[in-house]
Order: sequence, then structure tokens, then C-alpha cells
Amino acid sequence: MVMENKADVVIVGAGIIGCAISYYLSKRGKSVIVLEGSDNIGNGGSSRNGGGVRQSGRDPRELPLAMYGIKELWPTLSEELGVNCEYHKEGNLRLGKTPEHLKILQGLTDRAVACGLDVRMIDSDEVKEINPYLSDEVIGASWCPTDGHANPMVTTLAFYKKAREMGVRFITGEKVERLRKVKGRLRKVYTKENEYEGEFVVVAAGYESREILGTIGVDVPMHKELCECLVTEAEPHMFNQMLGTAEADFYGHQADHGSFVFGGMSGLELNNKDCGPVNSPSNAAITAPCICRGIMKYFPALEDAKIVRTWAGYLDICQDGVPVLGFVDEVPGLVVACAFSGHGFGIAPAVGEQLAMLIDEGKTAVDISGLRYGRFKAKI
Amino acid sequence: MNTVVDRSIDIGEFIAQPDDDMLICRCEEITKGEIRKAVHDGMWTLTEIRRYLRTGMGLCQGQTCSRLVKGIVARELGVSPAELEPATARSPMRPTEMRIFGTEEV
Repeated sequence: MVMENKADVVIVGAGIIGCAISYYLSKRGKSVIVLEGSDNIGNGGSSRNGGGVRQSGRDPRELPLAMYGIKELWPTLSEELGVNCEYHKEGNLRLGKTPEHLKILQGLTDRAVACGLDVRMIDSDEVKEINPYLSDEVIGASWCPTDGHANPMVTTLAFYKKAREMGVRFITGEKVERLRKVKGRLRKVYTKENEYEGEFVVVAAGYESREILGTIGVDVPMHKELCECLVTEAEPHMFNQMLGTAEADFYGHQADHGSFVFGGMSGLELNNKDCGPVNSPSNAAITAPCICRGIMKYFPALEDAKIVRTWAGYLDICQDGVPVLGFVDEVPGLVVACAFSGHGFGIAPAVGEQLAMLIDEGKTAVDISGLRYGRFKAKI
Repeated sequence: MNTVVDRSIDIGEFIAQPDDDMLICRCEEITKGEIRKAVHDGMWTLTEIRRYLRTGMGLCQGQTCSRLVKGIVARELGVSPAELEPATARSPMRPTEMRIFGTEEV
């Protein structure tokens, strides 16, 4: 390669997390190289998720990041990146049809209220007022008016576009094989044919982070799980809320384009073999039909909407369901950002901005101490 | 494919062309100029173009325009169309109503 393979920061993974960190580092005047193993920017969960930008239902350890992003970054993101990210902050309804459902929702609501989030239980009349298209069987919901959704594919590529314009060097098809310390500090990143060097190395490669981090003795306890989405043809505009249910039958929203995007799981993901080749996120035959049935239980009006496309993606599920973020005591120079457990998209701008601050100033403005790598201990 | 591509390589400036307002993706109404501009925004693969602009994401799922899009992107990048991987085809083969897709038999 002709160009110098050295930068202030080398980032492994060009998903929305890697792209966002690179953008905010570049804003702080840092030189950055981003290495992406696949041929496409944002090819993992970043382009495959349901687009939720939510705070409700989140663990108290990651809630501060979610709230910070929605207050400080999402409202001006499209303007800042020069691309319409289709962000809507028009609330999240989590729906219930039985007293048991309402109990689940009440539990989630109580926990979020304790963390200072504006979320409350509402009755069927109020649900109908917010969204008149729902089934009459809905008896209540939790309602968080500051939640919302955005277009994940466009937002990921918008961070990439802006960072690239600002001089961040992105290299695709460049799969990282190992990391190496030099004099006690992580500096080197090796791919099949090339070697890169940075003052800091960020590993934000989704589930693949586990194998890469393993080469310097760091093991993030996570596994991957297949999750699937479907999209309908464009329909007349109905509503702008993000939706979910107490039993997680499905989640989704109507996009600006008019299509409905819904995601969900069959519940058999851990053992189902019917999802194509190993390590390829392909749809299982049973899952999209299952999501359809879930949707029709709550939205009978959508039964004639035509599905035009389905896809699948992997969640990088952490042992305790929240991401691993920040420095690792054992490996100076390393910054970890992985194991997002299906919550990565909504908090991506906040994670990018705060980790750029961490690298530049050694501290963050939002408390991420509950998300450190060092938190995993045996139970006794 | 997995070839190493440095996205900072200079592909030249975007230069307007007289037929830039020609519709290429009819379902989503995306023009030739929009596709060429997206390449200059850094979208160098057909998958990225599709996710950025929605080409081939409409009712026909790219069965009409994907070859045209490929040709335009390849020309803009100065490579052969054969070098560009097509975007992944997704099920169902034809748009299918939710009430039909929701039965196990599909």
C-alpha cells in the first residue's frame, strides 16, 4: 500500500458504531483508519435492525446513554451529517392484550420511572387516541413519548459519508486477523496482507469482535442470535410511533417511505437449523410467517399489506444483556464497543460521541461505568 | 468477493450530465444523477447504493433496474460491471399479502 498505515486511532469494524466513533474522533482533529472485513459498510446489524431509537425497556446501566443521545444528538443528526436519517421522536407504544401483559408492562415502566424516564401506563382509550388502527383487543400499553425511530441503513451510511468527507480512511474487504501489543500497549492490527498501527485501537466488529479480541487475551462473554425483519410495500401514512408488545411478538414502525418495517423472532433460533449456511444471516422459513401472525394479532388492518422483502441479521448478545464499552484495564490502548445485544442502533450516536471523548480526554460525560469489560465475575 | 478497497482513492469530481434526471429505478423514482452522486458520496457497492437510495427496494425488487444501476456505478468507478457484486435477492419472490405469508404452508 502506498499510503501510510498509521493513524491516531485504528477502528476495527465499519458498522454504525465504528462509523460514528470515526466521525466524532475526526471532529476532534484525530486521524482515523477504519477497517471493515466485509465488502460493504454497515453490513451487519447496523443495516438489518428495526430502527428503534428507544429508552423504554432499557437496562438502567445503558439508559443514561440512550437518554443522552435522544436529548443531545438525534434531533440535529440529519442536519449535522447532511443526510436525512428519517428520525421521528413521536413515542413508543408497548402493547398489551391481557392482565398478564399489563403486569409485564407495569414492571418495565416502574423500572424506567425509577431511572428518571418519562414513561407511563395508559388505558385502551388513550392507546386508541394515539393509534386508532390497533385491534380492539388491546387493553393497555406503556407509553414513552420521547422514544422514536430512524432509518438504520441511511444513518449508518450517513456517518460513513460524513467521516469519509472529513478525511477518515475507510478500507473494506480488509478482515482483521489479530491484534498485538508493543511494549505493553496495544498498537498493531494485522490483516491477511497488511499491518496497521494506532495510538488507540477500537474493536467494534459485532460478534466477530470476540475472535479478534481473543488474540490479545480479552474475551467478551457473548453469543450470536438470529433476528429477522420484513418490510411491506408502501402504504398510505397511518402512524409515526415505534411499536412493540409485552410478549415481544414483533416490533416496528412505518417508514417515511410508507412501508412498514417489522422485526421479530420465532423463538426457536437457538436450535433451528433451517436458516441457511452456518455463519450466514439467512432467513428461516418459519420466522417471517410468525412475525406476520404477531402483527395481525395487533393490526388486523394490515392483513392485506404485501410483504416485499425479508432479511435476517445477527444480534451480538452479551451474557448480561448490555454492551461492553470503554477501556480494558489489562490492555492499555484498547477501546471495546461490542456485545450491543440488539440495542446498538438507537444509542450509536451517543456511543460514538462518548467513546471519541474517552479516547481524546480520558473521560466521558455520560456514566458508562456499568458497561465496563471488568464487570463479569463468576457467581460465587 | 472480499477484495481490499481503500475508499479514499480519488475517483474524480462529480460532473453533471445532460441525462442526469433520467429515471432509472422506476418503483422508487431514483434518477441516474442521484445514483452517480451517491457513488461520489462513497457508496461504491450495489448493496450500499441500494441501502442509501432505495434503488431496487420497491415492488419489483430490482428486477427492472439492477443491471442499469450496475452499469452506471461501474462507469462512475471506472471498473467493469462484472467486478460489482449484485445486491442479495430476498424472499418472497413476489409481493405476498401478510395474511397469506402468515400461514405455515408458504
